[in-house]
Amino acid sequence: MKTLLKQFPALAVTLALAASAHAGNITVKGSDTMVILAQKWAEVYMGKHSEVKLQVTGGGSGTGFAALQNKTTDLCNASRKIKSAENGNCIKAFGKRPTEYAVAIDGLSVYVNADNPVKELSLEQLEKIFTGKAKNWKEVGGPDAPITIYSRENSSGTYEFFKEHVLKGKDFVASAQTMPGTAAVLQAVAKDKHGIGYGGAAYGAGAKHVLVKADDGSPGVDPTEENVVGKKYPIWRFLYIYVNPALDKGEVAAYLNWIRSDDGQKVVKDVGYFPLPATLRNK
Amino acid sequence: MSHGHTTGKRTAGWMGIHRGHQARPVERLAEWFIVGVSFSTIAVVFLIFIFVGKEALPLLLGRENSALLTEVIPAADLEKIPPAKLRAYLDLTPEQFAAMDKETLKALMEVREEALKEIPEEVRKDQDARVNTTEWRYLVLPHQWSGYDKPEYIWQPVGNIHKYNLVPLIVGSLKTTLIGLAFAVPLALGAAIYVSQLARPRVKEWVKPGIELLSGIPSVVMGTFALIVMASFFQKIFGYEVRLNAFVAGIALGLAVIPLVFSIAEDALTSVPRAYTQAALALGASKWQAAYQVVLPSALPGVFAAVVLGFGRAIGETMIVLLVCSASVMSWSIFDSARSITTTIAAEMAEAVSGGHHYRILFLLGAFLFAVTFVINLIGDVVIHRLKTQLEGKRA
Repeated sequence: MKTLLKQFPALAVTLALAASAHAGNITVKGSDTMVILAQKWAEVYMGKHSEVKLQVTGGGSGTGFAALQNKTTDLCNASRKIKSAENGNCIKAFGKRPTEYAVAIDGLSVYVNADNPVKELSLEQLEKIFTGKAKNWKEVGGPDAPITIYSRENSSGTYEFFKEHVLKGKDFVASAQTMPGTAAVLQAVAKDKHGIGYGGAAYGAGAKHVLVKADDGSPGVDPTEENVVGKKYPIWRFLYIYVNPALDKGEVAAYLNWIRSDDGQKVVKDVGYFPLPATLRNK
Repeated sequence: MSHGHTTGKRTAGWMGIHRGHQARPVERLAEWFIVGVSFSTIAVVFLIFIFVGKEALPLLLGRENSALLTEVIPAADLEKIPPAKLRAYLDLTPEQFAAMDKETLKALMEVREEALKEIPEEVRKDQDARVNTTEWRYLVLPHQWSGYDKPEYIWQPVGNIHKYNLVPLIVGSLKTTLIGLAFAVPLALGAAIYVSQLARPRVKEWVKPGIELLSGIPSVVMGTFALIVMASFFQKIFGYEVRLNAFVAGIALGLAVIPLVFSIAEDALTSVPRAYTQAALALGASKWQAAYQVVLPSALPGVFAAVVLGFGRAIGETMIVLLVCSASVMSWSIFDSARSITTTIAAEMAEAVSGGHHYRILFLLGAFLFAVTFVINLIGDVVIHRLKTQLEGKRA
């Protein structure tokens, strides 16, 4: 391709024109967790750059990767890292792995009902609760009542993250109710005295979250910005944007740069996630 | 179809141009159009089935392998292995393979190596990691996975070891559907008998549209209502432990099914000739006796059709069950949660890697659902036909 472009400068110009015409319209697809954030980014960015049109849709991280590989989206939002199978599909589709940009940090909160006296739980206790080994609140320092578990659909990046990092890859107990969104989890926990659920810290307003301890000896930590970014709070993850390296230029590259600039990261904070520390922004 | 005019009086043709036995051009066109539309509907149904079946086929033929640990060839050996073997290893079509340069192939091989490295050490030692979980015995029989105390039916498609047991989903679908029908059918049939036979015209004018108004409620709204209001309400009455369970979902499903069963049953009951009722009344039967012993039996084929269609609607309904309950518990208790087939497909399809085993399993579930509704409708049709001939036989 490169040699072809050298031989035909006219062709190169046409291609560049076509690319820039295309780049004026950027499509973003992927993680449902990130939809609100991505829409806010798009809104603020379009306010400053009227020549760029951004279209943001959700559907889930996996949907985003499928779209990236079919070239139906320019940017893919993902609340988890790309899987090797998806990397393979992308290589099959456009010869290269997609480029990965960390764009924000998300802390996962664990929610319980407002009437529940339990204030803090260790990672080990969380694992026991969500794998079904602990079935009663008294086993983790609460009242004598059965635990009802609210989880997310297994298509959610949050589900996979929680399973991998808190459950250490073990299965959720079969009786865990899978809810169609973090808001639904919160709503259910608010209604159920014995309920427990998890979800992005951005949704936390109005619900009671527990302090999480890395192990039995350490103190309980609140999922505040300081604690999450400082890696004191044990359940956190990066949020990513993936892009086909061939498209990572012009308007798209400018947009990605802006997202990781102070302006873009301010939006992250407004929406309720945590901005990237300055050391991570240039990678 | 166009021979209606061979006898009897001649009609003035369209705008007086044509007279006689032949169908007029516009009618011909309309007829062709209608024939085309009806055949295309059948064709679309077939195409959908072929599409669903095609996606599930590799699974049925046992070509899918979900084993976590597979043989990995180091990327450094790229030059050493014969092209045919490399193509099979990387799962490429001949065209894709021909179009790729060395670098791309190497990148693909590296991805395979990384996939192996991503697996945690303790999972690699797990004997389940070598199991192809898409084999039939893992799909339908209980299996004792490591970490479990006894053989169990487990649906846990996401994770290191993909557990694809279909039984909890089938049980979940049947559970919610049967609860829904048990609630909806008596109510809907009772209402249909009342409205068509017993109610005064004034009452009928109000009750019929009232019930049919229920069908205008979108299932999302019904689901949310059940999730927030009904679940708490029933928990107060029955005091069950799991707030969101198959019972709540079933009742909400029932509400969605009632208007359908009611309309069809009411139509069937109304279309029984008035003379039957009048004859029964003349012989000294009460209104109730006439309704239950004369009209209902004569309308039985239609009533049966209503129930069959209600079943199809309930088992295919997605949103309500998705919102209300979705834990894949293997339990027949109505106060336990349930996960239906439709919920599973709707919730998981978006994230399943296209063409992967999870994707194929979901299509297998779709094909299964299709087959079930088809068979139920077929049985319904046969039974209705039998009933009709029986009833007509008696009449003659």
